[in-house]
Amino acid sequence: MKDKLIEEFKDILELEDETIEADSNFRDYDDWDSIAALSVMAYLDSEFNFSIKAEDFKQINTINQLVALMNKNA
Amino acid sequence: MLELTDKNVLVTGASSGIGKQTAFQLSHLGANCFICGRNRERLTSSFNQLKTVEGQVHNRFEADLSGVEDIKLLIDKLPVLDGVVCNAGLVKTKPLKYIDEKLIDDIFDVNTKAIILLISGLLRAKKIKKGASICMVSSISTYKHTPANSVYSASKSALNAFTTSSALELAKKKIRVNAVLPGFIQTNLLENDDVGSEQLKKHLNNYPLGRFGKPEDVANVICFLLSDKSEWMTGNLIKIDGGFSIH
Repeated sequence: MKDKLIEEFKDILELEDETIEADSNFRDYDDWDSIAALSVMAYLDSEFNFSIKAEDFKQINTINQLVALMNKNA
Repeated sequence: MLELTDKNVLVTGASSGIGKQTAFQLSHLGANCFICGRNRERLTSSFNQLKTVEGQVHNRFEADLSGVEDIKLLIDKLPVLDGVVCNAGLVKTKPLKYIDEKLIDDIFDVNTKAIILLISGLLRAKKIKKGASICMVSSISTYKHTPANSVYSASKSALNAFTTSSALELAKKKIRVNAVLPGFIQTNLLENDDVGSEQLKKHLNNYPLGRFGKPEDVANVICFLLSDKSEWMTGNLIKIDGGFSIH
């Protein structure tokens, strides 16, 4: 799950030659915006059937936090 | 002064927001309101707030207009109408990459297909009176686009085309067809949106009149379009957006 998320975040954040660490704050990246947030939420829904509200997603800053939340709600 | 006494008007999506407010105002102008919506509890709440004076009759119908059967049943139960307000709508924001067939079907079924089938069915059943007025609730997103909203915008743009084409076809019967294009209205539909409240606060800067819309901003124009005061207006796509689309 984590590897898939990292790949998707790289795509959403337009990271071509670099990667994103699972404990990096994805909100600090230049390409992070509301559409990126919508993209992550849509990806979680389509790939993992995991729905998250915008208000809840705002509390998440790293892929590790996201994975923990998804495991908790599995 | 607008006058709608003895006029039979159908309002879809009347459980909340623009539809609820429109039905409320129409009842105060004397119309007999036939309201429909999916949520029984909220529809009852809308129904109970309608004004009723002697001789005025209202009715409510629980219906999911994304289903063809519900549309047929609704048409069977309705009287001959002087006005139709097609307000039921569905908003779902999703970036292009994540759009799937279900999303397209969900949005187009409610925002476009249901309205076309409803109007066509009402005409076939001879339930739209000569001289009647039909008002579509479209969206400003057909003029001013926002990201992740492409399917919604496309469904409402199709509705705009249906509005103007129908207006031309029905002019011979003196049936008028217009659409209102609201900007952001503070309704439950919007509050449930995935964009989030922070994003909305930023978006407010795009509204020259300094606020988002209220349901009554749109209902006022719909009531005018249903009245005889607008009898020389048809085929119009009327922006109601606090100046949003000026930019």
